Amino acid sequence: MSINKLFLVLCSAALITACGGDDDMATFELTVTNITTAQPFSPVTALAADDSLSLFTLAQPASTELEEIAEGGDNSALLAAAAEDEAVYSSVSGSGIIMPGMSETLTVMVPVDELDKAYLSALTMLVNTNDAITAVQKVPLNSIAIGDSYPLMARAYDAGTEANTEAAGSIPGPADGGEGFNASRDDTGSVRVHPGVISVDGGLEGSVLSEVHRFDNPVALFSLTRIE
Amino acid sequence: MKSNTRKVTQKLATSLLALTLGGTAALAQAAEVDVEIINVTTGTYFTPLLVAAHAPTESMFEAGTMASPELQAMAEGGDISGLSSALSATGAVLVENPAEGLLMPGASTLATLNTDNAMDNTHLSIVAMLLPTNDGFVGLSHWEIPTEPGTYTIALNAWDAGTEANDEIRGSGAPGEAGMPVPPPLEDMIGMGGTGVMADAEGFVHIHRGVLGDGDDEGGMSDIGFAQRWLNPVAHLVVTVK
Repeated sequence: MSINKLFLVLCSAALITACGGDDDMATFELTVTNITTAQPFSPVTALAADDSLSLFTLAQPASTELEEIAEGGDNSALLAAAAEDEAVYSSVSGSGIIMPGMSETLTVMVPVDELDKAYLSALTMLVNTNDAITAVQKVPLNSIAIGDSYPLMARAYDAGTEANTEAAGSIPGPADGGEGFNASRDDTGSVRVHPGVISVDGGLEGSVLSEVHRFDNPVALFSLTRIE
Repeated sequence: MKSNTRKVTQKLATSLLALTLGGTAALAQAAEVDVEIINVTTGTYFTPLLVAAHAPTESMFEAGTMASPELQAMAEGGDISGLSSALSATGAVLVENPAEGLLMPGASTLATLNTDNAMDNTHLSIVAMLLPTNDGFVGLSHWEIPTEPGTYTIALNAWDAGTEANDEIRGSGAPGEAGMPVPPPLEDMIGMGGTGVMADAEGFVHIHRGVLGDGDDEGGMSDIGFAQRWLNPVAHLVVTVK
């Protein structure tokens, strides 16, 4: 990404006719909107890759990279793995937390000659939970014409790596300020659709969450627009 | 409106995906369809599944209408024999109980439907009761099977048959009798002694509002535990048209 950005900056400073940027790269804007009541999102990770890349598979165990995002909102391990992965054309991280009702737009670029094989996947953690994420996977990028948008509503998944205790010290978000990633696994062992949080108002003794932290599906809007 | 938009975009996504995965030959009629059903809940069990390819005029259930007695028997007690007989009589192709018992949370099963001898069986329906619930079921009703070979992914919701009050306490699986059936594999996973949630049978098939549950295995209001709650969808379907 950074090399491509630098390339475009240099191009804009040079003669336009000498610059192949428009022809070589397809550029997409991914806008992520948090449509929960009180579940801030961790910095979003967006990856453009061929169809061999999978962030997770339902009913299969989470990778450690996924676990680090789901439990602690930390996408550095996934970004590091993506940088080494030949399946990935580009990877980008959001600049920070996305609060409920807010959105952030990320730019994703893919070489035009790889577009027929390119898919977008993106994910983020619902930080006032033990290990909930929301994600979109394998959106075919060649299906979006320049100027077109592709909106996707996304649901919450449970990484299955940390029990949903909602207990003090177990949730990294502002509702608790507790622990993020912990390598031990004490939950179902595989990724599922999230069952929702219960909260102390819902009767879960010892929960640090209140009724406003509950959510229902969908929890996020991922809107993908091809701008060039 | 939002759910409509989502449905459309999901359909678009699945058809686009299918185009990329599928071959070029567009068959007039699918000869064989593989249906993989994955229970994507964290703690809800599916009773024996009924998977059917049937004529477009048939269905297992209709949203917003009163449940048939056959649907009621399935939703309240997991008995698929009535729905199975009724669809068989129309020439439908059926797979009963592909998981050979309960489909556990996180588990999957595969049903293969051979439709080559029944050209009119163009639509797919699937049901199974959700446990522990009073009359909740996972369902797909008359989904048109694509003719283009490829792989299609669908999310299935939890429905409420509307035939029994959701009191969330142990009881009977017989149609019209209160309470939830508790088959032996679930005996130790479901609470007891709950006083019961005050509720009435709703009278029509609709999206299930979920269960309350509680943290008390030996009392409280509900015999369902917090670990047996869910949000939609409850199942993930991977349909492969060959």
